[in-house]
Amino acid sequence: MQGRGKVILAEVCMRRSFIITWLISLANVATLPAQSVDFNRDIRPIFSENCFKCHGPDDNARKAKFRVDLKDKALSHPHAIKPGKPGESELFLRVSSTEESELMPPANSGKKLTSAQVDLLKRWIAEGAPWSEHWAFVSPVRSPIPTSTGNPGGSNAIDRFLLQRMKKSGLNPSPEASRHTLIRRLTLDLTGLPPTPEEVAAFINDASPLAYERLVDRLLNSPRYGERLALDWLDAARFADTHGYHIDSGRDMTRWREYIIRAFNFNLPFDRFTIEQLAGDLLPGATVEQQIASGFNRNHMINFEGGAIPAEYLNAYIVDRVNTTGTVWLGMTVGCAQCHDHKYDPFSQKDFYKLYAFFHNVPENGLDGSKGNAMPLIRVPDQLQKGRLELIAQEIAEINKKLELPSVETSGGQLAWEAIAGKVAVDPWQTRDLQVARSSSGADLEKTGDGSLRVTGPNPAKETYTLGWKQQGEAARAVRIEFLPDPKLSAGGPGRSENGNLVLSEVKLKVNGKPGNWNKATAGFSQSGFPAEHAIDNNPRTGWAIYPEVGKPHWLVLTPAAGALSGDIQVDLVFASIYEKHQAGRIRLSTTTSTPQQLDNQPPKLVQDALAKPREKRSAEDNLALRKYYREQIDPTVSPLQQRLGKLKQDQEGIEKTMATAMVMQELAAPRETFALVRGEYDKKGEKVFMGTPSFLPPLPEDAPKNRLGLARWLTSQSHPLTARVAVNRFWQTFFGIGLVKTPEDFGSQGEWPSHPELLDWLAVEFIESGWDVRHLVRLMLTSSTYRQSSVASEIQLKSDPENRLLSRMSRPRLQAEFLRDQALAVSGLLENELGGKSVNPYQPPGIWEELASRADGKNWTAQAYEQSHGHDLYRRTMYTFWKRTAPPPTLSALDAPDRETCTVRRARTNTPLQALILMNDPTYVEAARKAAERILAVKGDEKDKVAFAFMLFLSRPAQAKELQVVEKFYRDRLADYKIKPEKALKLLSIGEAPRDETMDVAELAAWTMVVNMFLNLDEALTRG
Amino acid sequence: MEKVRELDLAGWQTRRYFFSRSVQGLSGALGSAALAGLLDPTAQAATGGALPKLHFTSRAKRVIYLFMSGGPSHIDLFDYKPKLMENNGKELPASVRQGQRVTGMTSGQKSFPCAAPIFKFKQHGKSGAWISELLPHTATIADDICILKTLNTEAINHDPATTFLQTGSQQPGRPSFGAWLSYGIGSENQNLPAFVVMISQGSGNKTDQPIFSRLWGSGFLPSMHQGVRFRSGQDAVLYLSNPPGIDALDRREMLDATGALNKISAGAFGDPEINTRISQYEMAFRMQTSVPELSDLSKESRATIDMYGIRDDGIDGGFARNCLLARRMVERGVRFVQLMHRGWDQHSSLPGQIRGQCKDVDQPAAALVKDLKARGLLDETLVIWGGEFGRTVYSQGALSATNYGRDHHGRCFSLWVAGGGIKPGITFGETDDYCYNIARDPVHVHDFNATLMQRLGIDHEKLIYRFQGRDYRLTDVHGKVVRQILA
Repeated sequence: MQGRGKVILAEVCMRRSFIITWLISLANVATLPAQSVDFNRDIRPIFSENCFKCHGPDDNARKAKFRVDLKDKALSHPHAIKPGKPGESELFLRVSSTEESELMPPANSGKKLTSAQVDLLKRWIAEGAPWSEHWAFVSPVRSPIPTSTGNPGGSNAIDRFLLQRMKKSGLNPSPEASRHTLIRRLTLDLTGLPPTPEEVAAFINDASPLAYERLVDRLLNSPRYGERLALDWLDAARFADTHGYHIDSGRDMTRWREYIIRAFNFNLPFDRFTIEQLAGDLLPGATVEQQIASGFNRNHMINFEGGAIPAEYLNAYIVDRVNTTGTVWLGMTVGCAQCHDHKYDPFSQKDFYKLYAFFHNVPENGLDGSKGNAMPLIRVPDQLQKGRLELIAQEIAEINKKLELPSVETSGGQLAWEAIAGKVAVDPWQTRDLQVARSSSGADLEKTGDGSLRVTGPNPAKETYTLGWKQQGEAARAVRIEFLPDPKLSAGGPGRSENGNLVLSEVKLKVNGKPGNWNKATAGFSQSGFPAEHAIDNNPRTGWAIYPEVGKPHWLVLTPAAGALSGDIQVDLVFASIYEKHQAGRIRLSTTTSTPQQLDNQPPKLVQDALAKPREKRSAEDNLALRKYYREQIDPTVSPLQQRLGKLKQDQEGIEKTMATAMVMQELAAPRETFALVRGEYDKKGEKVFMGTPSFLPPLPEDAPKNRLGLARWLTSQSHPLTARVAVNRFWQTFFGIGLVKTPEDFGSQGEWPSHPELLDWLAVEFIESGWDVRHLVRLMLTSSTYRQSSVASEIQLKSDPENRLLSRMSRPRLQAEFLRDQALAVSGLLENELGGKSVNPYQPPGIWEELASRADGKNWTAQAYEQSHGHDLYRRTMYTFWKRTAPPPTLSALDAPDRETCTVRRARTNTPLQALILMNDPTYVEAARKAAERILAVKGDEKDKVAFAFMLFLSRPAQAKELQVVEKFYRDRLADYKIKPEKALKLLSIGEAPRDETMDVAELAAWTMVVNMFLNLDEALTRG
Repeated sequence: MEKVRELDLAGWQTRRYFFSRSVQGLSGALGSAALAGLLDPTAQAATGGALPKLHFTSRAKRVIYLFMSGGPSHIDLFDYKPKLMENNGKELPASVRQGQRVTGMTSGQKSFPCAAPIFKFKQHGKSGAWISELLPHTATIADDICILKTLNTEAINHDPATTFLQTGSQQPGRPSFGAWLSYGIGSENQNLPAFVVMISQGSGNKTDQPIFSRLWGSGFLPSMHQGVRFRSGQDAVLYLSNPPGIDALDRREMLDATGALNKISAGAFGDPEINTRISQYEMAFRMQTSVPELSDLSKESRATIDMYGIRDDGIDGGFARNCLLARRMVERGVRFVQLMHRGWDQHSSLPGQIRGQCKDVDQPAAALVKDLKARGLLDETLVIWGGEFGRTVYSQGALSATNYGRDHHGRCFSLWVAGGGIKPGITFGETDDYCYNIARDPVHVHDFNATLMQRLGIDHEKLIYRFQGRDYRLTDVHGKVVRQILA
């Protein structure tokens, strides 16, 4: 290995000699023997693309009663397919017809078969029309590992499968890449960061035959590995920091993101991970972490646009969950079946709603999130809060223990209290006999047997009831108005409005003809936004109301400012708010001579009744009630404890209020009913459906719970045909650039046939049998010879396999958006290594959010104005950059980061001038260049040493002579210019908030900054290598 | 010294012009599968995008979309109904409302009194189009525009309605109109983006609705097709300028050094993507000149500036300036220019607010049409003026002699189109006496988009992209070209 070139140039020379070999082997490509037809590989895609739309799974679209997606239906048709006899098969005759009226697919479909496809169909029928189920719906089995490798040693199963296919195509594997390339490739792939020059040196100098494997293991155990794998998962889970619709205010799923990083770092088996993501909340005795994990299906967008219809959005959330779950675990585009049976796969609309039913039972609101996280959520303490809460809980338990004892009276205290308390006259509320009871509109206020007034007759928009009585004898200290339900009222009352509500806008007081004031109003229950004090605020537009607690009794107690009332008392109940006809339907007025304080200190009724009884007649419950009341309220030895308890509970509440929350899944006790929705429209209910799995996949086991937990366990059962394949394919895509199935989101008949079906199945079985061990799977891929190949491409390789699906070389994709910035921060030494934590706001040009946000209302919501972070938070890894869905970070979007509005399992890779502008001019990169320049300038030695260090720092390799020339000349020209223009140099060095090393020469530092700016824009720095 | 440097740069510009972008590299990982059947490298050059050739002879090459965000009231602007005066204050008959859904903002309202517009209407031009006194300048182009009175949409809230208008789907995830064009037929100018977005603030409503980058997003198309936001201020395009302390010559020489090293890599790795990258960096460099040249209005005549009503105090919210920029963009071959003017959400105090909104946009929009016409560009440019829905005939909140509000209304709304092979000087479609339901010739949003596509030479059923196993298009599975408005 040492002998193999340390620099790429040497590798290139080796490549030249290989080309000759390839030229020879490629000559065989054309003369490969014709393979026999494989139904799944060759025939099904033709049917799917051209025929399924009219002859496929959709019952409503089917033409001529012919169905070609199912074996039984297709082969049982009397004329369509006669195995062995293409000439007698209608299907072949029609696709090969020269008559336009006969030809299939018909011209107006826009589809046309190639002659090769027609020929394939002919051969397939001639070969007996062998049929097999769609490959992805049959459980994977291990194929034997091909034995003839022809590759010198060290190759694992992956290499052997690949080599077999490569050989058939006349290609050969490439030699191993240089160690410099390997460590850069591995470190970027496993951590999303470049290796440090020290790490490069250590690997180059590691003489152990297991140096590579040791490197893999070191990186697999780096905490950065969890972050790196989490990033792909965030795309799939459509993770974001805002709700996404309309106002797009903030949410906080920090704890969920931390869970993901931890799960990969602790190598949580993928089956357990799956179960916790989908149904962590339903696990018996679910831990806080497991509940947090279930937030996977709360990451979808949430709306609270004023005027939007809740049911419409509730439906959108559930549809999103089904689609996301379908893409991530089934690799199926189930969304097509939301409105109609799937056109290409045997996935019916009913199947869609069977899955829908699993996600339909969350206690959530259609419109929510205006104040942050949306229901349901849990509060999750940080370490400090957790510690304090534990201490408080401990002390509360101790006090409660003391309070419980002794359970029987041992001191004389209680007896003495009982003697006094029993004698205290309690003035109960006296229902007043009203001399005046009239309505401003002429409604009837009819007296009933219980002293209340029932209102009948006219029900105008606005109303005032006037009630009057003589307060003789002891003065009244409070007035109570009861609003009573009545079966004759709409919704049971107590209001006369359609929904039973009332809005009491004002209660006016007159004493002996003169206006009086109230000083306080209290109510048993008040509707949110309609507190009792609104009834005495002298503002007729505001009021007290009771919705949604209709059909129940309510009361309002008013205390006069004068303290006591006597003489002729008049009370006006005014109903004059914008809520028309919201007046009371049944009322009762009473007064009391007790002071409010006395009323407050009144023992509860149970205790009063017990006190009224002679001791010997009291029941066990009576005694318990008295004992409890005495201990809790009266006993002087207990009250300090009570006070302490109150304080502790207050502290507890205080902490809980400031605690972060996490949106989680929860289950309603009684599941909602689910209906297939006609054309997918939220308000058009069709057939009732129940939770279940798609009919073309294995059913839920009989004993499985009928909920998300059952679904998650079903997905991770050993024999499930899709889950392992889909997961393995995504990991493959992560490290090899393109999945074995190129369409990781679609394993159905419209998805691409796997490039290496046997390898995919072998890996899927290996994954399952390893106990869904992600680290094992990743290690297997990265220690393969295939992964270690050089990425140098010959013209022949480019021509015969431009996408590199056969992997006769290693792909060299551009780094994804996040890694580009992380790399710049890492080489500059600015990168902060904190794991997890809240999202942060790095540099961003002003106005990006504000231009789009609602203006004057903006302060009502979070995430409307961009507040840039400083210090530590400016330099966090890019996966922690705050993701606002309606205005995502422009530097990341331009570099192909998905919008995070919906699930994404494959990113595009584009190459555009806007990307170039960002990488050249964004202050993030200019500042990083300046800080990296300081590191270079600090290198001891001459210019050559510094340039050599730069090559190691940015490209992890030594420089070639001609490269040195280019860089040195560029440096010297810049230096000359900055030397005569120090003010220009200073401008460059002033970009970014990180302090400058003022001991360094300004012109030199500026010139090196430009050199780094150039390095960070090199193709080699932007790609994995 | 400085002069010499300038000359140097000019030389570089022309010398570097031969770098054309490599389409194969640009089409990206996602695009290639969908394109495999379509791609013919020679034909592709014909449209500059994924379509090998146009489906029809195009009547329009470019689009300027003046999007009025929030939902302008068709009742107060274009949809003149004299009978409405008689019904002012009367309850909207149930036979008209037909129990259809209304937003949560007025669903609790106990009565739905008709609010006739307090603005006067007159007929204008030879065509005799009815236009409100709120739009005196638009009235002067009555014979150049086609007023559609029967646009309609299922959406009744801003987010889904704007998303629907721009992407053909109420739920997020689909490419916007401009992104489809960028993908399908690419750009006419290698030095400017194919799809540009400019945002301005209305002066009528201070609590206007938010907008979203998905409205110019690329959805599942490769991200290079997303609209590029042009902004006022130093950098019209984000990160366009070299940072302080780096001048154009530094950048030029930095690109030369980068290019030299990249070429060594290209030789070593044989990766064609490296050459694409070199050419993209060169295009970025050219944009550093072409974009400031584009945004520089100093060479426009005073008469032009005044015709658009551009004011230095910025009181117009930027719309006038954006209209002039739009003209400069289509002159230079930008395919799709999307203007977004906010503030049209008049739930209450409609008369006062809409006056301000109309003042913002009336003069510049009319000037744009006149200016394009004078320069011979209107024939090949589609100009569209309109919002995501209309507004209700019944008043939201109290109705008085001088004041009323209107809720969202998707069952019919008005917009106008000019140029690009659309019949000028006609009013198309008829609503009922309440401006509530369509009486004749409905134009669904999908139909409208299909029609625009047709004028651009594209069969809306054939500009497709395979994603998740399904062929997607702007018009979903709907859309009929409205032949009656084609010139």
